Amino acid sequence: MAQLIDRRPNAKNKSTVNRQRFLRRYKKQIKKAISEQISERSITNIDGGESVSIPTRDISEPTFRNDKGGVREGVYPGNKEFAQGDKIKRPLNQGQEKGRRASDTGEGEDEFAFEISKDEYLDMLFDDLELPNLKKNQLRKMTKSKTVRAGFTSDGVPTNINIVRSLRSALSRRVAMGAEPRRVLHELEAELQALDQEVGGDETKRLALQEEIEVLRGRIRKIPFIDTFDLRFNNFVQRPEPTSQAVMFCLMDVSGSMDQETKDIAKRFYILLYLFLTRSYRDVDVVYIRHHTQAKEVDEEEFFYSRETGGTIVSSALEMTRDIIAQRYPPTDWNIYAAQASDGDNWNDDSPVCEQILAKQLLPQLRYFAYVEITKRDHQGLWDHYSRLLESNDNFAMQHIREFEDIYPVFREFFRKQTQ
Amino acid sequence: MSEPISSGAEWTFELIEEYHAEIANIAEEFKLDTYPNQIELITAEQMLDAYASIGMPIGYSHWSFGKHFIRNEQQYRRGHMGLAYEIVINSNPCIAYLMEENTMMMQALVIAHACFGHNSFFKGNYLFRAWTDAEAIIDYLVFAKRYISDCEERYGIDEVENVLDSCHALQNHGVDRYKRPNPVSMREEKERLKEREAYLQSQVNDLWLKTVPQKEATEEDMTQPNFPEEPQENILYFIEKNAPLLEPWQREVVRIVRKIGQYFYPQRQTQVMNEGWACFWHYHIMNTLYDRGRVTEGFILEFLQSHTNVVAQPEFDSEYFSGINPYALGYAMMTDIKRICVDPDEEDRKWFPDIAGSNWQETLDFAMRNFKDESFVSQFLSPRLIREFKLFSILDDEQLTELEVTSIHNDAGYQHIRQALSNQYNLSMNEPNIQVYNVDTRGDRTLTLRHVPHNEIPLANNREEVLKHLRRLWGFDVKLETLDAEGKVKTTDECAA
Repeated sequence: MAQLIDRRPNAKNKSTVNRQRFLRRYKKQIKKAISEQISERSITNIDGGESVSIPTRDISEPTFRNDKGGVREGVYPGNKEFAQGDKIKRPLNQGQEKGRRASDTGEGEDEFAFEISKDEYLDMLFDDLELPNLKKNQLRKMTKSKTVRAGFTSDGVPTNINIVRSLRSALSRRVAMGAEPRRVLHELEAELQALDQEVGGDETKRLALQEEIEVLRGRIRKIPFIDTFDLRFNNFVQRPEPTSQAVMFCLMDVSGSMDQETKDIAKRFYILLYLFLTRSYRDVDVVYIRHHTQAKEVDEEEFFYSRETGGTIVSSALEMTRDIIAQRYPPTDWNIYAAQASDGDNWNDDSPVCEQILAKQLLPQLRYFAYVEITKRDHQGLWDHYSRLLESNDNFAMQHIREFEDIYPVFREFFRKQTQ
Repeated sequence: MSEPISSGAEWTFELIEEYHAEIANIAEEFKLDTYPNQIELITAEQMLDAYASIGMPIGYSHWSFGKHFIRNEQQYRRGHMGLAYEIVINSNPCIAYLMEENTMMMQALVIAHACFGHNSFFKGNYLFRAWTDAEAIIDYLVFAKRYISDCEERYGIDEVENVLDSCHALQNHGVDRYKRPNPVSMREEKERLKEREAYLQSQVNDLWLKTVPQKEATEEDMTQPNFPEEPQENILYFIEKNAPLLEPWQREVVRIVRKIGQYFYPQRQTQVMNEGWACFWHYHIMNTLYDRGRVTEGFILEFLQSHTNVVAQPEFDSEYFSGINPYALGYAMMTDIKRICVDPDEEDRKWFPDIAGSNWQETLDFAMRNFKDESFVSQFLSPRLIREFKLFSILDDEQLTELEVTSIHNDAGYQHIRQALSNQYNLSMNEPNIQVYNVDTRGDRTLTLRHVPHNEIPLANNREEVLKHLRRLWGFDVKLETLDAEGKVKTTDECAA
């Protein structure tokens, strides 16, 4: 007889380990493919995985194989017009051969394309990167409560009744309460039966017994099927859970000199930063502040797509950041990150002010401040002033982006794992 | 006449058991000798998992299996590839995977095909009997998986992966074609493991100790004996026993890859027979079920449609043509042998005097037991089948601009076509003949391989990659010499540090 086994409930991902091995081995190639794709990746689609292709030659498994050529004889089915000794022009089967191989085994493809999940994608994307100064904020974790199951209670609201448990305890109560009367009942019944079999038994005793039996049966019947005493409720308690939260300030210059391409670059940079932060913090607030001569807090749409003209006063945005932090994001509770994107233009007298605000007011409160300058021209005053902050502040960093391709390398530069 | 077992398309466990019992009865009447069956129901995803590990129910972890998995999964999800209805494993009990998507008819078909067809082939065919040990394979795979994951823990994933990569490159060259290998079992393996590690190491040391230069060495150079004395075709075995720098655990890994390669060796040589045998029996069993009224008309029609698809042979100029379909050829030959036994004509008596008119069950059983594809074709391919398939042979000589039709399905051509088709299944003609030729035991320990081309067919360009793998295992330089038709060395590929 055959043994029949249902394997369907078994873990289906038997190949997961092998898949991980594969990704691990080709990390370098996959990372390369990802960093090439990052500048083309659609901005709106940041939640999905990614399709990656790496050169087939890199992942081939070589074995000794026969090549084409030499003398071969093959047998084919379906002869129609050939006779022995016929000569046939060699068909141009190179292409045909190749096409068939590709569909047969996939071996003929030049690129090995496959999908990686969002997590795998992010792992690759942010591999070897870390948030600077993360240690400090772990000391300042916020507590937040979370509802968790905590067994059962005998008291609660009806929605939480646990039916199985309630009925189970009702049953045991009925068994327990009925045990004694039932035992007596059995005794009396046995006695009555014995009496019935006796010839000329004692009639009064018989009646007394019958009455007693009736009373007992009544008692057993009266044991309630379910009692409030039986009810069991699912119990939930609030457990304090340490969480950390972060807020990210996006600062951008929207003066006339910032064109759409520069903003796109900035946007991609912000998206990377956002994705990266969500890996460390479950909730990340984002505050968008744009400025020309005045700063304004706006929503995402307006931040990236509305155009303004006019001059540039960077300090206005920094001041606004400072004020919002004071109002809404006390640094004791929040991990605060800020990133500023600009083409480097600023009203000349304002740059020293920016340096002052950052050094004195902002940087002490921030986990990290990243400044990216997106321009193909030479640096201007703001860059020089900011450069002075580098030495005295380890939570300040600045980088220069010229083109789309620079975004990812620059981003990596910002968050490269600090070697101790 | 009895009632049909079922009429709907849905299967249940009870129905599968009923069908299995019924089919088992019929198989017994046909005298099919099988291992006990273990039928496992799996999902499509699990089928993909099974694909990735080439059907091994338990496999060690390696990236290449992950690659295959990803590739299959992609193709399957895009609809480029259907999945097999079943996978069957040569073990005792014989494990067959059935997909849950199959209809009741498919499940019954698969049971007949795999659990009785393939199963009896595994148990009966001489190659499987000689090369594999159905009792022990599962245990051995468990052992291999555990051993390799232990090694990974101890020596790091990368180290182990390197050795495995190199072994995989040579896995096809890990078989002794002429020696009966030892069957493997886990308990014995474990017991022998320690012993073997120590012994192997001592053997290797012994070989190299002799290479410490002695005074007369220079004079003896001319008469330096070849090592190995005879060329060795089992490259992996040679490495396992003789590579000077391998650690004991690395030798064991080489051995594991070699043993698993050996397990698959018979399958590569019996595809036509194995599938033909299984198709032949599923056809007979299903028809017997129908004749006895145990299945409905709808059932048998569904079966016939599926069966016809499986054993179809597209012609060479069809867009579906991708070589000779082993199912088609195998099924046709098995059926033809039965015909020759039961209802021979003049031609059959002339070509097959031994079997014409004999008991067909015994003859088929004999054929199943004692042949592999190559010899099976050269023994049993009848002129009638050659005509039915309209087989013709073509000679493709690289030196000439035209192809030549060497023979067609006529009196003059039968013998030649039969031989040519048989050669097509001859592994030694299809796989490059590469052997370990010499080791420079007194000099720089260079390992020399020799490739004897068959019909001047060259080696593919990736040979240098394979040599790199071989070098990693050997630890010193390796050379690959290709001989010309006169037996002189024509070209040499080298892989130095």
